[in-house]
Amino acid sequence: MGTVVFWNSVRFVIAVLVQVLICNHIDFLGYINPLVYIYFLLLFPFNANKSLFLVIAFILGLTIDMFSDTGGAHAAACVIIAYIRPFVLRFSFGISYEHQSIKLENTAFGQRMLYIIILTFIHHFFVFLLEIFNISNILIVLRNTLFFGIFTILVITLSVTFFSRKNS
Amino acid sequence: MLLLFISLVFTIQSHSYHKSKFINSANWLTGGIYEQANGVSSYFSLKSENEKLVEENRRLKSLLFSKEDSLTNIQYIDSTSFGTDYLFRAGKIIKNSYSKIDNIILINKGSSDSIKTDMGVITPNGIIGVVDRVGGSHATVISILNSNSKINAKIKNTNFYGTLTWNGKNANVVQLEDVEKLATFNVNDTIITGGDSTLFPKGIPIGMIKDFKLNTKENLYVVDVQLFNDMTNLENIYVIENLYREEIDNLLAPEN
Repeated sequence: MGTVVFWNSVRFVIAVLVQVLICNHIDFLGYINPLVYIYFLLLFPFNANKSLFLVIAFILGLTIDMFSDTGGAHAAACVIIAYIRPFVLRFSFGISYEHQSIKLENTAFGQRMLYIIILTFIHHFFVFLLEIFNISNILIVLRNTLFFGIFTILVITLSVTFFSRKNS
Repeated sequence: MLLLFISLVFTIQSHSYHKSKFINSANWLTGGIYEQANGVSSYFSLKSENEKLVEENRRLKSLLFSKEDSLTNIQYIDSTSFGTDYLFRAGKIIKNSYSKIDNIILINKGSSDSIKTDMGVITPNGIIGVVDRVGGSHATVISILNSNSKINAKIKNTNFYGTLTWNGKNANVVQLEDVEKLATFNVNDTIITGGDSTLFPKGIPIGMIKDFKLNTKENLYVVDVQLFNDMTNLENIYVIENLYREEIDNLLAPEN
């Protein structure tokens, strides 16, 4: 238990630092930055306490908000995906999720992609909806969601693939 | 649900000017981390920054020496009151953003350097924004690339004023809105600060007119302004304090 807490704390710090120091400055095509910190939320132990997970997601989002001066957009989006994560898990991994012993690296590629894609797009949609906060700019929200989402999914998929090699 | 509600409140607060009280990057933690990161990344732009500063020095030197004759002839009535309307403090940008709709800049000066809310921020090439939240040794600046930013500006050599806003599209083009239909101007005319507010002194360059169109409904021009500053590559800045700000604000405030 102690090591799980420790490694997740380390992951938390790394996720925040990588996001604000590296990924917020990529500006691919002028404005596209991957929001890779949700990798932490995707990877968080599946059998963890639900309310603890919600609180941690909130703190993670708030930290990112603090760094990027976005009020509470990231915090709200993180809480939303933390809340719906169990449903998405059941939807994408089916019954094996109920055993609660699976790890993200050990799942089938298609299932894993489905899980990442659903949560990423939901998260990005709410982040941009709240950050731009103007219904007349809904096209910008959708465009950002699509482009940022593709970039994020790419980076997260690559890192899952890379790091799982080491673990197994 | 409660957490979602709290974060929504923060979000809504952040969209009203001067309201985001807790969640901003002008605190010691985020400011400190950005400062460390900037300490490394600023080395990569040392050369271009030096060139900019040398260019500014050259311009100021040439101003100084070409004015020398006329300066010595001027008789000041009260020399102590000359040039003390505004105080300039040098600072550095440690976090800049320009790809969002509401961009916020972090600078490495705070309340311990006598920085206060609503001071103007400029570079040698033009204006950057207005100080918003102030922490101990850092402060956030609402960039002119922010949908909440509204700055008084005018067309050089005329008396036609407008409001400088940003439509969120191009990081180097801002909009001058509400320009009178009577105004006469051409593409490539210079836009400068208007001096109607206490934020900026009159006559700081902003940019050049790139394009303009008439809003037929309201009979007002919307002018696209190409900025002199490259907003994507900024480092050294000056924070302007208007020493008479309080006095002016008191005079203009409605009597109670």
